[in-house]
Order: sequence, then C-alpha cells, then structure tokens
Amino acid sequence: MTSPAKAVEQVVREEWGRVLASLLLHLRDMELAEDALQEAVLSALDTWPKRGIPNTPRAWLLTAARRKAIDRIRRNQTTAKFEGELQRLIEADQREKEETERSSREEPLQDERLRLIFCCCHPALSEDARVSLTLKTIAGMKTSEIARAFLTSEETMAQRIVRAKRKIRDAGIPYEVPTPDLWPERLESVLSVIYFVFNEGYSATSGDQLLRSDLSLEAIRLCEVLQVLLPKDTEVAGLHALLLLHESRRPARVDANGGLLTLEDQDRRIWDQGLIKQGTRLLLSALTRGSIGSFQIQAAISAVHAGSSSFEETDWMEINLLYQKLYEFLPTPVVMLNSAVALSYARSPAAGLVAIRELEETGVLDDYQPFHAARAAMLRRAGNEGSAQEAYKRAIALTRNEPERRYLEKQITALESSALAK
Amino acid sequence: MQYMLLIQSAEELYPERGSEEFSEMMAGYGSFTQEVMEAGVFVAGDPLQGRETATTVRIRNGQKTVTDGPFAETKELLGGYYLLECQSLDEALGYAEKIPGAKYGSVEVRPVMVMG
Repeated sequence: MTSPAKAVEQVVREEWGRVLASLLLHLRDMELAEDALQEAVLSALDTWPKRGIPNTPRAWLLTAARRKAIDRIRRNQTTAKFEGELQRLIEADQREKEETERSSREEPLQDERLRLIFCCCHPALSEDARVSLTLKTIAGMKTSEIARAFLTSEETMAQRIVRAKRKIRDAGIPYEVPTPDLWPERLESVLSVIYFVFNEGYSATSGDQLLRSDLSLEAIRLCEVLQVLLPKDTEVAGLHALLLLHESRRPARVDANGGLLTLEDQDRRIWDQGLIKQGTRLLLSALTRGSIGSFQIQAAISAVHAGSSSFEETDWMEINLLYQKLYEFLPTPVVMLNSAVALSYARSPAAGLVAIRELEETGVLDDYQPFHAARAAMLRRAGNEGSAQEAYKRAIALTRNEPERRYLEKQITALESSALAK
Repeated sequence: MQYMLLIQSAEELYPERGSEEFSEMMAGYGSFTQEVMEAGVFVAGDPLQGRETATTVRIRNGQKTVTDGPFAETKELLGGYYLLECQSLDEALGYAEKIPGAKYGSVEVRPVMVMG
C-alpha cells in the first residue's frame, strides 16, 4: 500500500507536465498555472492522508489546480486582466462536475504537450531559459535538479525560469505548434531539449534513483510524435534513433544492488536487441537521406557500441573519428572529453591524457563530475595510481547520485587494495 | 495585443539617398504599409526625421538639461516605428521581418503595456 505522501510525490514526478498542459488549455499564464498547481500539490499533501488517495490522482490534481487558479485570480483582484481565462476555467470546472468519471477526458492529446514544448522552446526566449522551462514544466523536474544539470545555483535557475514565464505572458509568445515555415528554426532547440530530458531520465542527477525511466520514455514519446509530424527530417530521426539505442542498454546499466555499471562492465547479453534493431534501422534510413547532423552522429556512436560484442572489441578508432566529426557540429568541452576517452582505448591512456590537457589547463570542466571520473580512470590505466586516487576523490565530491558515488568509491577501494598488494 | 515595432537603422548599412537601393527600400515601406493596413493590424506608423534633428531632455537633481542629439551615441538610430495589433508575438515577428529596415539595421519588437 502506497502512503499518501508517496502517492503525491509520484503523481508530481510523473504527471506534472501533463496536468500543466491540461491546465494551460484554459489558462494562458504559465506562472499563474504553475503556482496554482503547486498549491494543489500542497493541498493534496494535506487532504490525501485524511481522506485517502483518490482513484485518479492526476484528475484530482487538475481539478484542484483549476480551482486554486480561480481563487488566485479573484483573490489578487486580477479578474479584469484574466477575464477570458476565468470564464474558461469556470466552464471547464462545471463541465467536469456534469460528466464525472470519464477518465479519458483528462488526457490531453500528445499534441497538447507538444504545443507546450514549442511555447517553452520559442526563440524569443534565451536558449538556457528554453531548456530550463521545458524541464520544469514538461518534465516536472525540481528547480534544484535543473540547476545542477546546468552547473548553476538554484537561485539563478529559479530566477531564469520566472523571467522566462513572464516573457511568455507579457510578450504574447503563443501557446501553439508553429506553422510549417517556422519549423526549422523552432525544431533545433526542441530536439536538444528532448535529448536533455532523456538524459535526465537516463541518469538522474540526484538521489537514489539512477533510472527515472518515466522521463526517458516521455522523451522517446515526444520523438515519436515529432516523427509523425516531420517524417522527412533526418535529425528528428537521428535523435529518435539515439534515444532508442541508449534505452536498449538500460537493463544492463545497474547491477543487482542498484550499483552503476559502465559500458565496460555491462552484460551485453541483456541489451534490448529489439530497440537496437529499431534504432539502427532508423539511423540508417536517416543517413541515406544525406543531411547529416549532430544527433545522427551521436546515434552512429551509440550504434557502434551496440554492434560490438565486447568492450575490448569495440572499434575505438571509429568512435574517436565520429567524436571528431561531432566536434565540428558541437564544439563543446564534453565532446572533446569523450573524444579523448575513445582515443585512450584506441591508442593508449597516455594519448587520452594528452588530449585532455587543454581541458585541464582551462578548467572548463572543473565542476563536471564525469571529467574527473574519466581522468581518474585514464590515470589508473596509465599506472599513475596516486593521481588517479585524487581525481576519484574530486569526482566523488561532485556527485550527488548514490549509485555513482558507490561506483566511484569502489574504484578507490580497488586502487588501495592493489597498492597494499604491492 | 499591441506591438511596437521599433526600426533601428544602422548607419553603415543604410542606403544612400537617391540610390537605386534607397528607392527600393522606400517602395518596400510603401507596400509593407499597404499590407498591414489591408490586414487590419495597422494602428500607427511613421518614419522619424534624422539624427541631426534630435534633441534630448534630461532632469538630474531637479535640473533640466537640453542637449543636441539622440540620447545615446550608438551605431543604430531609431528611424521609425509601426504600432500593430497582433494576436501573438509570432504574428508580430512575422511582420517585423518584412519591414525593409530589418535589412538595414534591426527591428525591435515590444508589446505595449496595458495600463490599469
């Protein structure tokens, strides 16, 4: 039996974006909508323990949020400003009273969420704001989680999100799927946002939940919808392929104790061959259409791994070349790091360490846990155990993910015992 | 919702008076104005006289000063405006890109604040 508090937590985690999208059908002010929804969550925390968990928690939350919004508009004496919204909210609330218990009614079309995504990804918003807002409103992530993913403070992130919502309201950014002529300019940021959401679900940045499959599946679903809408776009297909290929490894990424397993230690027999086939097929058909992009290259990297029978037999030179190609499209420090790691397997750990020297000197990835973990592993393989240990410690200081921490601590223990054996 | 489309002209891009490009630009303004009028979104719109006609007033510590020239010496100068009634920012941006001034500088789109 789930406890009421857990039930609230779960519905918030899984359904925030969907409830918000439904709410925004009648209420075009995102800040007000989110405040009302937040208030409804608080009231669920208060009510559910007393009266039990409702049969359809999401519907309960939507109804409550709608009423909170009506209250807020009236209480703040903004009825004149929100005249149309108020009318629509009240109508929606009454319709619901009349036709109770038809559950499909509350299910917004996937298009509704897509509409919300395009609104959140509007080019009139800064790029950072687009991603943060989508994660907050569609994925229901906490501001603190988004802040860490962006290597910034929670306060800065909260401000960024509030400013973005106000701009949507005040500048009249439409809550619509854009017309075809606006697609290309809108699509790119939508795709990177979806990828980000997927990754958030693939390895959550905090807590004990390494795998938040709901977020990843949400990202894959959004890709499917986009593919229906844009069947010819090779980057939509590329992203979709990439997500399926990543997803195929999910069952192998944690061990029986919930510990993280890297590509090297994964049992490749339990990779989902169905997803690998589907992803590879999608990728090949995109590549033959001849309009290459960063997502197709990343999918190609993932496909090389998927087709390798073991870590040792992976074509690391091919992977290194693909990362170099990727760097032309995405010249970021993280791509450079990955390229260096591939090189460390293709040639030698020393070559990998040389390739990250620039990153080390500029310190751009100083607060990025995977940088220190990757560096530590290369140092260990190069036989420099003292420095490896220090780098692992730095990585541990930066991680807030329990399985990751356990993995890194295990590496240090292994280093120490091998030192003792000498 | 009303949007003010502020046309910022960049001096180095602005076509010379009397040139063929200048006539093209003026014709472009003519047809754009006609388009927004026919679409029923036009509220107001005018070109402004040049930089040399600008006068700036400031009050600091209760003291008024009047100076020659625009409020800031920048490469771009407010050259004119359109005030349009649009359904959304997308509609306003759609018009903004059709303004000839977008080629010779930039067009800043700002919603008009509704008072009260």
